[in-house]
Amino acid sequence: MDALILARFQFALTIGFHFLFPAMTLGTALVILISETLYLVKKDDVYRKITDFLARLLGLIFVIGAVTGIVMEFSFGTNWSQYSRMVGDIFGPILAAEGVIAFFLESAFIGVLIFGRKRVSPGGYWTAALLVFLGGHFSAFWIIVANSWMQTPAGYEINAAGKIVLSSFYDAVFNPSTVARFLHTVLATWITGAVMVSGIAGYYVAKGLHGETARTMLKLGIILFAVTPLLQLGAAHGHAIQVIDLQPVKAAAMEGHFETARGADVYVLGYVDEANEKTYGLSIPGGLSFLYNFDFNSEIKGLRAVPKEEWPPVNLVFQSYHIMVTLGGIFIGLGLLGAWLLWTGKLYNAKWYLWLLPFLIPLPHLAHETGWITAEVGRQPWIIYGLMRTAAASSVVVTAGQLIFSLVMFTLVYLLLFVMFILLLVRIIKQGPAAL
Amino acid sequence: MEDIQNFQILWFVLIFILLLGYALLDGFDLGLAVLLPFLGRNKEEKDTLIASIGPVWDGNEVWLVTGGGALFAAFPHAYATAFSGFYPAMMLVLLALIFRGVSMEFRVNDPVRAGLWEKAFIMGSGLAALLFGVALGNIIYGVPLDDRMEYSGDFLTLLRPVPLFFGVAGFAAVLLQGSTWAVLKTEGEVQKRAFRAAGILTGINAVMAVIAFSMLAALFPLLSGNALFYLAAVMTIAGLTGLFFFVSKKNDAMPFWASSLSFTGLFLAAGSAQFPNLITASNDHNLSLTIYNSSTGLYTLQVMAVIALVGMPIVIGYTIFVYRLFKGKAKADNHY
Repeated sequence: MDALILARFQFALTIGFHFLFPAMTLGTALVILISETLYLVKKDDVYRKITDFLARLLGLIFVIGAVTGIVMEFSFGTNWSQYSRMVGDIFGPILAAEGVIAFFLESAFIGVLIFGRKRVSPGGYWTAALLVFLGGHFSAFWIIVANSWMQTPAGYEINAAGKIVLSSFYDAVFNPSTVARFLHTVLATWITGAVMVSGIAGYYVAKGLHGETARTMLKLGIILFAVTPLLQLGAAHGHAIQVIDLQPVKAAAMEGHFETARGADVYVLGYVDEANEKTYGLSIPGGLSFLYNFDFNSEIKGLRAVPKEEWPPVNLVFQSYHIMVTLGGIFIGLGLLGAWLLWTGKLYNAKWYLWLLPFLIPLPHLAHETGWITAEVGRQPWIIYGLMRTAAASSVVVTAGQLIFSLVMFTLVYLLLFVMFILLLVRIIKQGPAAL
Repeated sequence: MEDIQNFQILWFVLIFILLLGYALLDGFDLGLAVLLPFLGRNKEEKDTLIASIGPVWDGNEVWLVTGGGALFAAFPHAYATAFSGFYPAMMLVLLALIFRGVSMEFRVNDPVRAGLWEKAFIMGSGLAALLFGVALGNIIYGVPLDDRMEYSGDFLTLLRPVPLFFGVAGFAAVLLQGSTWAVLKTEGEVQKRAFRAAGILTGINAVMAVIAFSMLAALFPLLSGNALFYLAAVMTIAGLTGLFFFVSKKNDAMPFWASSLSFTGLFLAAGSAQFPNLITASNDHNLSLTIYNSSTGLYTLQVMAVIALVGMPIVIGYTIFVYRLFKGKAKADNHY
């Protein structure tokens, strides 16, 4: 196998695995901040127990996120050296800013959150919770900036030597897709946190464990689970319009449209026959045009607007996108159902719903992964959209043999980390907030 | 052109400071980990030692993350050449850092296999410390580069005697950092052992320092006219002398500062030998990656300088706050 394919596999594996953890970190940090705020205001010990329990979970989640994150930071140099040489002017400062502005903050205060309860006042502890929340979200911001710049590059010039140089840091940071993609990603992590907390608390309530603490935790989780997917509906819509405008080829692949057309359909589910360039499935006529600008007749670009060698793998993008959207719909429905059960006072006795909740915990992760596949595979064959091809970005001196070695290493090590994570997560959940 | 040179020099200094910060801070927790089986004889003692780094090790590692990001942003060619050229070694570094990080968390939550995670913690920390030293030794001593700035050696090239010696010298300095941190954070029997370890390691470090400084002076004749090199020597001598004195006086806090001073001297000597090179080419001096031929543009260096000069004092401020919060002797039950 050639080195480029192996390097791409390795990046997909390492980023796909890493992302599970920051997503949980941000979601958990949000719930901790809310719970700790309530503790500060209401002085009810139940909230302290919830925070301490979640802080313990966060310790496990964060450490795996941190060690797999270093792999990502090194990977541009180790595996994508030509890319690094080309974009050091822009991509480098964004990663460095992430370290200085965000990761230091998060790492310093997560120590306080996990070990410092007895060493600081309630106000001090709340501040640590706030700073961990902010540090995590700043970190997400800079990483999304870096990725958004690869999707919709801005604030750069090409110099005489053909190298990309920075011309406006502000324009590079706030490139046209940064804000839409940041909101979409952050809300996805909040849904992850909401579902995880609801799932754990749902299990406790269903089993009659941890009394008031479990019921309060469930209430918190369900309120977030009802609200965040609705917010996501708006953010996702905004992001989709931005993709249609700025990355029309990706948008065409997401919906499997080959011809530029007025009144383009939106697929509920389907299949793209790439060989014959046809898409089959259940669709709403004119739906995509309508969603784009509320006009059933607006024009949507098709894949054939560009040469075929500039198409991404269409069916993979189409399927990933539709899995994500379907999951989004499921979250909206089940979140609202939970809120209705809570509102009518039936939640704590609705065993079927409580038992359903823990099984939902992996689903937001599936939505993240498919969402990222849509975003990243949908950008191919470009590593920087319209500027640099992925095929020209990999390291010159790294051989296929070395890559097989590292790919096997990461596969085995990450498998071990994953198994350990699940085992320890289950152990911490079983111990529960009672002991704290 | 004058202008960009000032910023290239500034970024050499800032990356030097980030890597020095990493060496001093992660140095003590990597060193402590390697010494764990010698300093802690039972679970409680080991728990106490690990509790002394529990709240801070992750923040310490961010110095490396930020140093890597800064190298990417200021000197992307050096970042690309070293990281892709030393690929197998870099993969081992990552493996080591993964295991030393997760093993602390796994050890607490997975008591059945605690012994196994403890070994992973010790070996991961030791391997990381050794590899960093060997890597730095290589970029100083020089590696073969081609005319596209790419590394043209192989894995064995990295294991030549001189870079290996620098790796061992760095490793000894890290162990000294670890032993003096243990002196600072423990009491009783554990502290007694830590004092003993610090005493032995001071002797070892003194021998290493003499060889390292002589070797640098021999390899880089220009250093004889470099005031920073002499300052570096004074710092290391003062640090090691202080260590002999404070360890014999059984002073709690000063050995750590003396060890940090000695380590800083070693780093400064290496930095003054290296300037303005980033990666020295051993085959042809003209192929070396320097701060002048490997940097990003002036505007990027300026933007980064603003972020670093505003951001880093704030970072250092709250880092000191967190260290002060956890000051005093470590307790085994600090961990949850």
